[in-house]
Amino acid sequence: MSDPATALVPAATLAAITGPGVLQLVIYLAVLLAFVKPLGWYMARVLEGNPGEAPLGLGRALGWLERGIYSLGGVQADAEKRPVETGWKPYAAGILVFNALGFIAVYGLQRLQSVLPANPAGLGPVEAKSAFNTAISFATNTNWQGYGGETTMSYLTQMLGLGVQNFLSAATGIAVLAALIRGLSRKSAGTIGNCWADLTRSTLYILVPLSVILAVALVSQGVVQTFRGPARVALIVPLSYSEPVKNDAGEVIKNADGSDQIRTVEVTEQSIPLGPAASQIAIKQLGTNGGGFFNVNSAHPLENPTALSNFLQVLAILLIPAALCWTFGEMVCDRRQGWAVLAAMLVIFVPLLAATYALEARGNPTVAALGVDTTANLGELGGNMEGKEARLGVANAALWATATTAASNGSVNAMHDSFTPLGGLIPMWLMQLGEVVFGGVGSGLYGMLMFVIVAVFVAGLMVGRAPEYLGKKIEPFEMKMAMVCVLVPCALVLVGTAVAVLTPDAYTTSNPGPHGFSQILYAFSSAGNNNGSAFAGLTANTPFYNIALGLAMWFSRFWIIVPVLAVAGSLAAKRVSATTSGTLPTHTPVFVLMLVAVVVIVGALTFVPALALGPVVEHLQLVGK
Amino acid sequence: MLTRPTILRPALALFVLLSIITGVVYPLVITVIAQVAFADKANGSIITDAAGERDGKPVGSSLIGQEFGTSDATAAPALAKWFWGRPSATGPVPYTALNLDKGTGSSGSNLAPTNPALLDNIKARLAALDAADASVGIVRVAPGSTSRSTPVPIELVTSSASGLDPHISPAAAEYQVSRIAKARGLSEASVRDLVHQHTQGRALGVLGEPVVSVLRLNQALCNVPR
Repeated sequence: MSDPATALVPAATLAAITGPGVLQLVIYLAVLLAFVKPLGWYMARVLEGNPGEAPLGLGRALGWLERGIYSLGGVQADAEKRPVETGWKPYAAGILVFNALGFIAVYGLQRLQSVLPANPAGLGPVEAKSAFNTAISFATNTNWQGYGGETTMSYLTQMLGLGVQNFLSAATGIAVLAALIRGLSRKSAGTIGNCWADLTRSTLYILVPLSVILAVALVSQGVVQTFRGPARVALIVPLSYSEPVKNDAGEVIKNADGSDQIRTVEVTEQSIPLGPAASQIAIKQLGTNGGGFFNVNSAHPLENPTALSNFLQVLAILLIPAALCWTFGEMVCDRRQGWAVLAAMLVIFVPLLAATYALEARGNPTVAALGVDTTANLGELGGNMEGKEARLGVANAALWATATTAASNGSVNAMHDSFTPLGGLIPMWLMQLGEVVFGGVGSGLYGMLMFVIVAVFVAGLMVGRAPEYLGKKIEPFEMKMAMVCVLVPCALVLVGTAVAVLTPDAYTTSNPGPHGFSQILYAFSSAGNNNGSAFAGLTANTPFYNIALGLAMWFSRFWIIVPVLAVAGSLAAKRVSATTSGTLPTHTPVFVLMLVAVVVIVGALTFVPALALGPVVEHLQLVGK
Repeated sequence: MLTRPTILRPALALFVLLSIITGVVYPLVITVIAQVAFADKANGSIITDAAGERDGKPVGSSLIGQEFGTSDATAAPALAKWFWGRPSATGPVPYTALNLDKGTGSSGSNLAPTNPALLDNIKARLAALDAADASVGIVRVAPGSTSRSTPVPIELVTSSASGLDPHISPAAAEYQVSRIAKARGLSEASVRDLVHQHTQGRALGVLGEPVVSVLRLNQALCNVPR
């Protein structure tokens, strides 16, 4: 029995944190921030460039492809051969139709994979409701995995279905963000860009080059990339297991005395799953998609073999979302605005990262009470190692869990279900904040800019002035749209969880007590904010969850994209008012804290009661024993 | 003017062309680069046993663990001569990387910290470790007591995230050195030497954790002359 008093003492927590662990987190943040300016500058050039124009010679190398796509697609061009820009309604319609095609393609590929090529393991068609869920999941940049990759999806489905959506859903996010930024930066304009140009240019000049670099780096670390079927290797120590004997109808055959007939199965070989994983994992991380090639995602040694591959992958999660803040500042011609938004994200991210690490490093007091070493010393792992990999350790598991839920990535390198109660609360709450702390590629920043509109409005009320952002008046229409963006995910999470808890078939949690409730709340937080990570013990591949979570993902994605584009169109048409001494500056530390407060208060007010029922009760159970 | 063809045609053309670029050309290019530059790693880092009795046959992947331990105290003495790795939650047997008949592969336990099954698993594993030690005359828990002379490193009793983790910490290897030495009639120094040979430091000196490859270590044990 552990003393609850000692379990709560901060000194014990601090002793669990190791110097190398902290150093890794600091190095991560430093490298991430070092990329913000160069990559942000590059992306701004891409989003503002004409056909065939991109820095670093990529425009010359890939310009013919871009022009070819426009001419085959019949994209209208003006006298200077630039794609004709449109207002927000045709832009939104284009994005929706394009994403609907993605949904149809992924669904079709899954259902037909058994008769299509590149299926060396001979997998059958995916069950209809599971295929529906997965198709929405990948079209919405969520990448919730209701299935196990190596046992469900053929190589063709992975590449041409899931892999393609990894690119295109990320490109959709960048395109919508570009449209919103143009809305903010233009004066009295009727257009916000051409959606086909934005989709094509983001894919060709941003996502593909970065993915090629990352994929090759990952293969060098041992991530598999092949079209061969599974490899078979001999085990050093043969294993065996017993199972009931079944007849052809799947019924257990009984002995004469009525007991089940049992047979022993000898296992002398291990099958090693292979496949074109590295190419898909690169874009899975860079596009904040998160859907893994294998069941356990980036905890799998063939998906994330070394600490270096882990560093590159977790860097890739936040790389584009962080750099887009600079892109934003560059495109609105006021870099301070980009820094301010990035600063607000960091103010929320860094303390939560430190807390997750401390909580996981402290470990589980009931395990320590059994005579197990949970303190990390030289050469010891310590902490809460259930559901974590030895080569990565506790610090990297905490870093990944925080980054993947801050961004709407959802990949994992450790099992969040086995995190300590409060260590699991933080990733859940980061999703519930609306995926605006870095957030998804594009979607995180456009979500955060909706919060900026709310913050500007609240600040305007406090000082008694008409709210403005970047010289644009924020009026009731913008506020209504921003509130839709803020409230839709909250409603999806809370209503979805409530319905699931009241549905007897849905209450199929693998863990007892408050943690079972946490599993359901986590699932809807993940789907309702397009994250995709899971408390994976929840049996989510059921008709109820496949449909309920599928709908949550769909509404969360597109009921935000459409209002964001409406705001973009409305702002673009406005005049820019002159800056006066009474204008509220939006690049100062005061405004950064104002923005942080709005995000945190909305998240806390909405979700504290639900979190209290799950992780908080579980924590009290654990330390109170 | 917004008419349907102005949306459907570019949407279809973009979708098909970008699908070909990102779904066919891109993975093929990466596969070619991978197979030319990193053929061994791109194909699963398979180890072939050139010198040993399984001449030239694949005997494992250096990245995927194999089961050497147990959580069954009665089966433990027979396995005392091997280094044990992480417990594994895969089915039907531990360290199942792929079983298409059963539809199983990599998996964590997903047990919550408050789940009684987690503590039961840990207690069973502790008992098995003690039974293996007892079979070669090592006593870590005095009879009638519950306190241990040496705390057990946590990764020896907790399941990995993948169920395929090939590594343990140097401390977890050291915990087992005396047992392996006694069970195989080797000196502790020679076993410790092997552990050091198969210990990897942090990547670039800072990233990750120092680890020992259990599979490589046990393969090396097979080749040590008695």
